[in-house]
Amino acid sequence: VDPTRRELLSATGKLLLLTGAAGIAWEHVLAGSPEAAPNYQRSKHWWAMLMDVDKCIGCGKCVRACKAENDVPLDARYFRTWVERYQVPPVDPRDPQRESLPLVDSPNGGYDGFPDLGAAASGSKTFFVPKMCNHCAHSPCTQVCPVGATFESEDGVVLIDKDYCLGCRYCVQACPYGCRYIDPRSNTAEKCTLCYHRITKGLTTACCEVCPTGARQLADLKNPADPIHAYLREHKVQVLKPGMATGAKIYYANLDGSVR
Amino acid sequence: MTGLPGVEGFMYPNEIELQWSILIVLYPYLTGLVAGAFILASLERVSGVEALRPTYRLALLSALAFLLVAPLPLQLHLGHPERSFEMYLTPHTSSAMAMFGFVYLWYLMAVLVVEIWLDYRKEIVHWSQTETGWTRWVYRAMTLGSTNVSPAALALDDRVGRLVTIVGIPSAFLLHGYVGFIFGSIKANPWWSTPLMPIVFLFSALVSGIALILLLYPIVAWAKRLPVSMRCLDAMGGLLLYAFLIDFALEMLDLLHRVYEADESFKTLDFMVHTKLYFPHIIVQIFLGTLVPIGLLTLAKVVKLGESGRRGLYLTSAVLVLIGIFAMRWNVVIGGQLFSKSFLGYTTYKLHFAAREGLLPALLLLLLPFGILLVLLRLLPPYAHFTHEEGAGPA
Repeated sequence: VDPTRRELLSATGKLLLLTGAAGIAWEHVLAGSPEAAPNYQRSKHWWAMLMDVDKCIGCGKCVRACKAENDVPLDARYFRTWVERYQVPPVDPRDPQRESLPLVDSPNGGYDGFPDLGAAASGSKTFFVPKMCNHCAHSPCTQVCPVGATFESEDGVVLIDKDYCLGCRYCVQACPYGCRYIDPRSNTAEKCTLCYHRITKGLTTACCEVCPTGARQLADLKNPADPIHAYLREHKVQVLKPGMATGAKIYYANLDGSVR
Repeated sequence: MTGLPGVEGFMYPNEIELQWSILIVLYPYLTGLVAGAFILASLERVSGVEALRPTYRLALLSALAFLLVAPLPLQLHLGHPERSFEMYLTPHTSSAMAMFGFVYLWYLMAVLVVEIWLDYRKEIVHWSQTETGWTRWVYRAMTLGSTNVSPAALALDDRVGRLVTIVGIPSAFLLHGYVGFIFGSIKANPWWSTPLMPIVFLFSALVSGIALILLLYPIVAWAKRLPVSMRCLDAMGGLLLYAFLIDFALEMLDLLHRVYEADESFKTLDFMVHTKLYFPHIIVQIFLGTLVPIGLLTLAKVVKLGESGRRGLYLTSAVLVLIGIFAMRWNVVIGGQLFSKSFLGYTTYKLHFAAREGLLPALLLLLLPFGILLVLLRLLPPYAHFTHEEGAGPA
């Protein structure tokens, strides 16, 4: 039986409504609800990280893992972590006073690893430096945020409430380490969260998880059993730009003085 | 990163894109014009510099016109302008930017609008009774229900107005000094981070505000077919010269300090000034925008020139100063983002034309205050004392 026009319109209308509702519901399913971490107590942790420059091989796994885990745009201008390659030229005995700057590169943030330098690097001291947010205890980015959208959590992680961020970019200017960017999709500031969704469930960060040499190690300074304590007792470590007095909590072992 | 267009040497990857555009250049520029114009007006009111009297009301109205536009470039720049009101509702007290919102509001509502209202109150009451049509209703609303213009009431207006001006001068200093602090307090950026920044911003604001009125006064007078008070122009020219000498001395002090200390950022900044910033900094800001007008203004003071000669020198200087101070804001805001915080590389600012943060909206925002000023001039004519009789007051 051919449907009447009224029946056809009614059926189409219902179908449209149902599809719309299903679409919205599906979006909700995809977005998921905020993950709960019922056993996590913020006051019991104080997060930091240890980077061993001598162990980093510049493979870029951490950069790829971070982008995948945290939905970072796959563009060469947005990174929550990246790797730099330093080539520090040797002192020339014939002209020791001549100051030569290190050559630094980070193609696509080290996402694809690094091209071989070949003979170009001969004579230079070459090493890789993984970089990310320093989760400063006195973070300049938090200080300048006009609405408090970025904050230091009780467990020592600098986070951003992107539903509150104005996108004024003052924090991007205030970070001495270049760790922040504006996500072109949300028009809000973004940065490393120290994989907060993972560490609050007893996991390590995505970058530490995939690092094949253990160059990156998540550390909990409030946990007396954390191996970081023994490491800090027995090794010389440094933070980036100590003169900035930001209370940076990414400790670098074997860091060269030329690194900025 | 090497190999990227517009990048020399090494930038941290997140630094390649500039964060603050020409709109953020406009913001301190417009705010500076406000503060400068207001301080000029206050000088007449509080210090009784009689020669400046013709420009008193024009300066106040110009300050208001520019102040109304000053936050617009910020709004247009925000990723989420709809959330900007949060700065007032839930301000973060350690943020210079959040506190600026309150300084701005204080200055607009408690100083500028009140001072203009008190100064015009007698006329507003008069117009509300004599005008016809819709303007009558506008003036009626502007009386705020207060129609008492007895000598006692006017004397009270004057006393309160003087008090507002006295509060207003430090407020104007605060307004623009604060803009300087927004940049000067960023320790991550050596091009910005200097305690001199607020005071350099303040004096450059004063200079630009005087230049604006020095330019607007003869133009408005010419448009209204009113004679221009040469005594007023001379006074403004002199004031501009002295303010400029202080401003230039402060900037040179900053430069000297940087060169002498030569800290770790020096080579990078020095290289930038000699390459990417050479034209806007050395040529436009220092040479055309500072040395040439200082020379011209000195010439007008020491050489015996006729009225038209002096007028020509003043107007040329005013135009150059307005361009030079714009270049100064550009060099601070854009210049501060052209080098890497690793001190190992440089990026390029690409100015688009018809984009949200492009040249076109910037030009429109720069023209908008003049449009507002036209309305204000129509509504609150400042011509009553526009030309004091030459030689009537104390010289």
